[in-house]
This record gives sequence, structure tokens and C-alpha cells, in this order.
Amino acid sequence: MNSIPKPPNLAEIGFYIFVKGLPRTLILTVLGLLGGFVIGLSLAIMRVYGGKELNWLASGYEKLFRGIPILVLIFLFAIYLTNLYEICIGDTCFGIEPQYRPLFGVFLALALRSGAYQSQIFRGALLSVNPGQEEAARALGMSRFQALRTILLPQALRLAVPSWSNEYAVVIKDSSFALTVGIVEMTNAALQISSNFVELWAVSIGVVAIIYFLLTYPITRLFGERQTKKLKELGMGGG
Amino acid sequence: MGKSVLRIVDVWKSYGELEVLKGVSFELMEQEVKVIFGPSGSGKSTLLRCINMLDPPDQGEVYLSEQNLMEPGINLNIMRANIGMVFQHFNLFAHLRAINNVSIGLRRVKGVSKEEARSKALKALNQVKMAEWADHYPAQLSGGQQQRIGIARALVMEPDVILFDEPTSALDPELIGEVLQIMLELAKTGTTMIVVTHEMGFARAVASEMLFLGNGVIVERGTPQHFFVSPKSDRVKTFLKQLDILYGSHKGLLKLSKEEEDK
Repeated sequence: MNSIPKPPNLAEIGFYIFVKGLPRTLILTVLGLLGGFVIGLSLAIMRVYGGKELNWLASGYEKLFRGIPILVLIFLFAIYLTNLYEICIGDTCFGIEPQYRPLFGVFLALALRSGAYQSQIFRGALLSVNPGQEEAARALGMSRFQALRTILLPQALRLAVPSWSNEYAVVIKDSSFALTVGIVEMTNAALQISSNFVELWAVSIGVVAIIYFLLTYPITRLFGERQTKKLKELGMGGG
Repeated sequence: MGKSVLRIVDVWKSYGELEVLKGVSFELMEQEVKVIFGPSGSGKSTLLRCINMLDPPDQGEVYLSEQNLMEPGINLNIMRANIGMVFQHFNLFAHLRAINNVSIGLRRVKGVSKEEARSKALKALNQVKMAEWADHYPAQLSGGQQQRIGIARALVMEPDVILFDEPTSALDPELIGEVLQIMLELAKTGTTMIVVTHEMGFARAVASEMLFLGNGVIVERGTPQHFFVSPKSDRVKTFLKQLDILYGSHKGLLKLSKEEEDK
């Protein structure tokens, strides 16, 4: 970038942000959401079907991770705790390569935090499945686990799609905090341009803002509205 | 009528302070149709839920084909597969097409292969005259159609007995007939069933015995003939009179043969 004397135009700015920043933004978003999905679904099942202890554990987890700012979590997992990402037994060590530890730390922070929120989404979805559905499944001879797997979860996951697409919007935007630990994602790419061409500061930030918007709004709208309509057609949920 | 399918002995059930069932006993033989009726809150639905152990009784015994369901350690899931249940609000699986609503029990509970489950499910749908709706979702169907699929879902498991929990009371009047007609045909082909209903036309046509439940006990029992000609207690008389006012217009919903009408 330093070698280019001519200031880039709008299209070049967008292109640079895409090529340099989009891969990391997408990796963090997708992995953060998937990690959060696994954590959130497990916590939700613990809260709805687990006993008192599991419920207490899951709700404690939710409170903890919803009560800490994402930036603090990122500092914690991407800087402070990075030594934990390698385990050595004798002379052989295995774990995350040093250069990927900040990225892994940000992923952990996003996933652990998103899990706390996704737990709430899935808990609400599980609870809003009509109790008659489980009753009918049990009456057919299904065990509680079978009823959960074949009847309740498929319905709860469908009910959760609109809120879940909202969680996607949260995670993709929060992935921008990764720049604080030196990861070149979209926001960081935009800042690189502005630090090389001070006069383009506002433009490059404006472009990255528009890219974020285009990556979130159409998708949440598509999933939100389409799924709500689909659920209505299936007679599921409150509408 | 040969062997005993279901025998319940002195069943008690309470929810907190509220005693719902206070010692109910009866026996159901193969191919028998038992109709249970009585005022709301008398414990009819609770009784059915005690029989399939979705809500086990506090006290008493429930025998399915001489197997005591109250015995500790018994696999209730296997036993429940032998007890069909048809619900007042249908409770069809909302995310599954009609055909899969019917076949899922065979697939998941009985481990039947996909093709066999499908062909059995189609046969059951045919029996309730819903085969052409096999690919529809429950929400795309009328209440009567949904309930017929609910019946097919129970039927396809080939249970020892099917429990009907007010199967027509959530239906619009014009849809009740089609459901009752299917139930009538099932009864005539020897399906063992317990039916909680206030459709007295149905009861008169097919019930082998009727039980009047009030305040958690069987107040009076007897053949339809007994109830419609000479009921003993005043409570039953008043109740039947009220039913006639409410449901009198339902006469003619069933296509009965001359012989059944005269019963």
C-alpha cells in the first residue's frame, strides 16, 4: 500500500477491504456462530430438560458471559490466555500455532459469548413448541430423548431461525473488535487505508460501514421474514 | 370377545390437593368398545393419561394384556407403543407431512424400514380416507382431516387398544361426522377402543359398555340400552338430558344401518 502514491478510488477501497479483510471477518463470524450454536443448544437443553444442578450451571454460564463486554473477553482470550492453547507432554507440544493464537482467541470469545445468547434463543424456542407435540410423541412410544430429537428439536430449530439470524448480525459486527489484537479483518483493512491516505479516512470508514450493512440487513431480513411466513404456514409459533 | 386387553384396578390420582380419580376399576376385553362420558372435570382425560402412563396413577394397578404397567423397571416406552392415543386437539407433528406423521412411529419406535413404513402408512391413511392428502402438512388440512390422520397415526402401530380423548369436541359441527364415521368403521372391524365422548349417537351404535364418570368415580355403568332406556341415578338422567339439548342436532351425523338405529 505504501508504494502506491496515487490515492485509491472508491471501487479500489472496497476491493481492498474485501480481499484483505473479508476472509477473516467471515471465518470469525461463521466459526463464532457455529461454536455458539453448539454451546447454546447444549445450554438450552440443560436448562429445559436438565435437573436443578444443570439448570443452575447453564444459567450461571449465561449470566457470566452476558455480563462481560466482548472487548474484555477478546483481551482475555486473545492476549492473556494464549499460552493455554498449547499443551506440552514432555518434549512434544501440540496446539495452536503461535501466529494463529490471537485469531483462535477471538473465535473463542465470540463463540463463548454468542453461546450465552443462543442458549436463550433455543430455550425460548424449545419452550414455545406446543406441549401436545411431546405428549403425542411419548404416546407413540418414543423415549424422552427420541421425542426431543425427532419432534421437539426439529420444530424448535425452525422456530429459532428468525432470532438466530439476528444473532448472526451481532456476531459479524462484533468480529470487528478483532482489530484490537492485530487481526486484519474488514475494519482493520479500512483503517490501513486511512492510515496511508489520511484524506481518505472518512471514505474508507464509510465504505466498510456500507459493506457491513450489506452483509447483515438483507440476510436478517431474508431469514426473518421468510421463516416467519413459513412458520405461519406450518401453524407453528405465535406468528 | 376373548381375552382381557386392559384391566385397571382401583386407580387413584390427585394433583396436589385436588383428587381427580378416586378408585376407578374396569376391564376391557378384546374387540370391545368402551365409552366413557361425564361432566368436565370428572377425570375422564386423566383416566386415559393414567392408562398410557403419561401421568402414572398414585395408587392402583394398570394391566395391559396381564402385564402390570405399575411394576418398577418395566419399559413404558415399549408398552406405550401398544396403546394408541387420539387427542382432542389432534397434536399432529406440525413439521411433518401427513404421511410422515403416520410413519414416524413405525420408523423410530418399531424400527421398521423406510419403504415398509411408508407403505403401511399409506394403507392406514387409506383406511381413514386421507391417502390423497398424504403430502400435506397438518396446518393445510381441516380439523376433521387432521383428526383422521391422528387416528391413522395410532392405527398404524397396530396397538392392542386405542384411546380416544374427546376426538370430536374441538371440531366444527360439519366436520364431526367424517371423524365419527371412521371411528364407527374401526369399531365394526373389531378394533378395541376406549372412547371419551359426548356423542351419544356413536355410543348407542357401537359401545359394548358405557361408563358414567362423576367426581372421580364410576357413578353408573351399563349398556347403551340401559342408559338410554332406564338410567338409575338422577345425575345421569339430568346429564343425558343436557347432552340431548346440546348435541341433539348431531343425530344424523352418522350414517347408521337400520339395525344400528334400532338399538
